[in-house]
Amino acid sequence: MRTPIRILAAAVAAGSLAFAPLASAQQKIKIGFITTLSGPQGVIGGYMRDSVELALDHLGRKIGGLDVEVIYGDDQVKPDVGVQVAEEMLKKHQVDFVSGIIWSNVMMAVVPVVTGAGKIMVGTNAGASPLAGSQCHERYFSTSWNNDQTPEAMGKYLQDTGINDLYIISPNYQAGRDMVVGLKRYYKGRIVEEIYTKLGQQDYQAELTQLRSKNPKAVWVFLPGGMGIQFLKQYDQAGLRGKLPLYTSFTVDEISIPAVKDAALGIYETRFWSPDLNTPANRRYVTDYKKKYGHLPVFYGAQSYEGIMLIDSAVRAVKGNLKDTQGLIAAMRKANYDSIRGPYAFNVNHHPIQNFYLLRAEKTPAGAIEMKIQKTVFEKYKDSYYQDCKMKW
Amino acid sequence: MSFALLFEQLLNGLQYGVMLFLMAAGLTLVFGIMNFINLAHGSLYMVGAYLTVAATQWTGSYLAGVALGLSGTLVVGMIVEVIALRALYERDHLDQVLATFGLILFFNELVAILWGRAALFASVPSWLSGHIELFTGSSYPLYRAVIIGVGLAVAVVLWYVVTRTRLGMLIRAGASNRTMVAALGVNIRLLYTVVFGFGAALAGLAGLLAGPIYNVQPGMGELILIQVFVVIVIGGIGSIRGALAGAIVVGLVDTMGRAFLKPLLGHVISPTAGEAAGPALASMLIYLLMAVVLALRPEGLFPAKSGG
Repeated sequence: MRTPIRILAAAVAAGSLAFAPLASAQQKIKIGFITTLSGPQGVIGGYMRDSVELALDHLGRKIGGLDVEVIYGDDQVKPDVGVQVAEEMLKKHQVDFVSGIIWSNVMMAVVPVVTGAGKIMVGTNAGASPLAGSQCHERYFSTSWNNDQTPEAMGKYLQDTGINDLYIISPNYQAGRDMVVGLKRYYKGRIVEEIYTKLGQQDYQAELTQLRSKNPKAVWVFLPGGMGIQFLKQYDQAGLRGKLPLYTSFTVDEISIPAVKDAALGIYETRFWSPDLNTPANRRYVTDYKKKYGHLPVFYGAQSYEGIMLIDSAVRAVKGNLKDTQGLIAAMRKANYDSIRGPYAFNVNHHPIQNFYLLRAEKTPAGAIEMKIQKTVFEKYKDSYYQDCKMKW
Repeated sequence: MSFALLFEQLLNGLQYGVMLFLMAAGLTLVFGIMNFINLAHGSLYMVGAYLTVAATQWTGSYLAGVALGLSGTLVVGMIVEVIALRALYERDHLDQVLATFGLILFFNELVAILWGRAALFASVPSWLSGHIELFTGSSYPLYRAVIIGVGLAVAVVLWYVVTRTRLGMLIRAGASNRTMVAALGVNIRLLYTVVFGFGAALAGLAGLLAGPIYNVQPGMGELILIQVFVVIVIGGIGSIRGALAGAIVVGLVDTMGRAFLKPLLGHVISPTAGEAAGPALASMLIYLLMAVVLALRPEGLFPAKSGG
């Protein structure tokens, strides 16, 4: 009777040994990715999801060597829905990270939920100023920017080129007013008029008629999404494009260009990234993205790709030990991965210190219309709120 | 403020009003004659824009695209009426609102599945993309002038059809007493289908005209639908004349408010008051107007005589 017991014990021991690596291979990382997937703004979420999927392809469908499951959630552009989605991800799916989020108001609502659950939030678009300043958190990182930085870069460029008599159009809501504040932080020239339009306004013909009667030297607008598409078409139809230089923030991008085509030509933007940014990682990202989806990526997607890469670098650094939150944070602070924007560092508030470029929509020899970098406006630029962040590291 | 500027803004207001009229005419016809609330009217506007873009690409000709887009929306409207709406005429308005709200969701998703969520490119054909010189020396986009022309022509045709033709007589008769018209041997069901189809085609016309200046994307119809309801309430429900008057009033008030309210408040009260209250007040103006009309003339400016 002894022998069989021994054999059995040996078998159990061998079995546990045999199963040990399998058990760790079964350990899986789960990432909740919140974006907008329905309604008119769902197009942005689609571009973000595509970039996340491409990042996973590039990583061999593993994050830091672990099998990965990404759970996508639709916030419907509503903070309360965003919170619901985040809670479901944290409680039901037990995700290790939450990432994504396009809108500042959704971000403001979701970040406390994620950090409160002890998990790390990696924002890949919205750059609400409180989160860069007084409400910064050790478990909140951003791979994008602070909202003000993009218009600040445009303000700086306009100031440096000595442009005067600027006409300003922006929607009448918080972000619309904030963008103008950001612009004016650097632009000190004369302003002919500041016009605040209704959020979601379709027709800008009345504003364009007023604008022409004031004879400005240049126009700056912040009209994201569908508003921008409509404005660009109408600016072109009013015969103003090419005559009156148009500088924009978050208005001309790889989503709006296909919808307006030539009406985007010659329009300026500022941005931390562009499809033609010449880094090896970016060339790979843009080439493979075009191959997989048949069109250019947009900055929303670039930031989401970066979010996955940042998480991968951190999980790699802690050797897959997802319980080691402090280790993950320490690793993420190094931004130790091959970023498509080139090497960058995190500021104390976990926002990137990075370059901002002036872009212009130009026609390629093949006849496509693409954003091309004209010059670097800011080098290693920090946002205007990090002094309010009390984090020490 | 120069006269040239004022004139150009009047044109802008007229153009916006005409666009609203094309939408409001179909909606008010259906409501006045069939006593049916169709929230999905904006979806037909979207269908018109999408079908025209697709057909223009397919045929390579803008006019062929317009013809196919219009007839396509007419057919879609009739199919929707026969399949979905016919069963709802006897139900109360809440059921109709719920059912047609469902149609909005259905059409938005259908369009997103067929064409994707990104906005489509829709351009003005080259022969419509120039400018016309106004006598004041400023130029006005030709395409917008064409919209004004088309809208006013549609208004005249509608007036003629409703008041001077046999079809119009049936429509008016059907509006005042449905049972009696049916008893006289008129196929009232067919009449309703035809009316709904033409209402849809008018929405499609507005949509295809809007395509090149606005945004061809899922949900585009809901953005304009609210203003269209304001037009109908102001003009008088069920009345084509009311729809035209209401649309032009709303178009003018909205445009003039956006253009001149801020400087006006700045002059009258103070520049800071103009700065702060101007934009907010300008976007509320048409709703304030609606409230005033509802308070003074609850039946609207030109109520339908037959009392649909």
